[in-house]
Amino acid sequence: MSTARLQLPARIVEGDVFKLRLLVQHPMDSGFLRDLDGVLIKRNVIRHLQCILNDKEVFRVEPTTGTSANPLFEFYLRATKSGELYFRWVDDKGYIGELRQKLVIEPTNQSKAAKP
Amino acid sequence: MHMLFHAIGIPLAIPRLSGQTNFFSICCQCALVCLLLQLPWAHAQQRLLPLDKLQSGLAFTGPEILDLQGDDFANPGLPYMDKGSKLWRQIAGKSDKSCQSCHGELNSMKGVATRYPSIDKASGRLFNLEDRIRNCRQTRQKASEWPLESEELLAVTLYVTSASNGMPIKVSIEGKAKSHFEAGQHIFTKRQGQMNLACTQCHDQRYGSKLFTDKLSQGQPNAYPAYRIEWQRLASLERRLRFCYTGVKADIPPWGHEDMRDISLYLMWRAQGLNIEVPSVRK
Repeated sequence: MSTARLQLPARIVEGDVFKLRLLVQHPMDSGFLRDLDGVLIKRNVIRHLQCILNDKEVFRVEPTTGTSANPLFEFYLRATKSGELYFRWVDDKGYIGELRQKLVIEPTNQSKAAKP
Repeated sequence: MHMLFHAIGIPLAIPRLSGQTNFFSICCQCALVCLLLQLPWAHAQQRLLPLDKLQSGLAFTGPEILDLQGDDFANPGLPYMDKGSKLWRQIAGKSDKSCQSCHGELNSMKGVATRYPSIDKASGRLFNLEDRIRNCRQTRQKASEWPLESEELLAVTLYVTSASNGMPIKVSIEGKAKSHFEAGQHIFTKRQGQMNLACTQCHDQRYGSKLFTDKLSQGQPNAYPAYRIEWQRLASLERRLRFCYTGVKADIPPWGHEDMRDISLYLMWRAQGLNIEVPSVRK
């Protein structure tokens, strides 16, 4: 029902501050609007959305009725370690949406040189 | 008018109205508008908006909308495209077929959206693309009905329309479609509602000027179904037209009414040569 799209830079190098863009498909019904037949649409917004990277919460947002439908979340992370990005969100109906994405971080030239 | 305002001691708020010559020219303009609206339509092909003046609605939106529509990731119409693509492949109904089973891949739909609304041969009625998809789903797929303006119907319509992306609009107004075209033209140029306005007064004569905070567009249909920011969802041309009826405070025909198809046909003829652009975003 609720799906999401994630955009990451094509190449992320260690130490970079990179932008993540998450577009969640969700009606975000505010509870104030009526449908085309004039019946009040029950409130259904995403209550809680978080991003977990390697078991550590790195981003959390609690949207309310003021957030638009199909919300776009943009935030920045500093690249330290490769791992798995895990997004999870819950709406008023109790629906839980999930998205998993592998995060690959390339070592810098310096750390490459230092390795051997 | 000049005298009157001074007599009751109200300073003129609009300096443009204060000069005698300007007032005269406004009178002339009004007379001209009235004349134009009274003119009999000797030639059906006569264009109120010349073809070289056509502009997509995108030309009248702000930079934010331009950015959002141009963004290959954040464009809110894209999730509907995904959904449409999924539904295109989904087997439904007693026929055990999907759209893809008969029509193949999306490129078989190339140019289809540029030809609608058109006459349905079986029923003789004027069909827009939504009607065609609904009809196909019920009579051929033998599946459950998709109500007008339902998310599924709009998603598939958007998906089918996207095959014609960048192609110029060219509808036929010959044969049985002619009477529909004329009816649409009549509605477009007829004053209606409590505001007593005709579509043509805003969209042919005053596009580019401001209506409250927004610029008046030409009312072009080339981007529908469009994601409308105000409604926070994908919307059909029919819904947009209904909203215009609300704007001039006129009686809105019921959903699926022939009038809406007639206006759509007129609008598509009026937009001849303009390219289809989906998925689009509108205010």
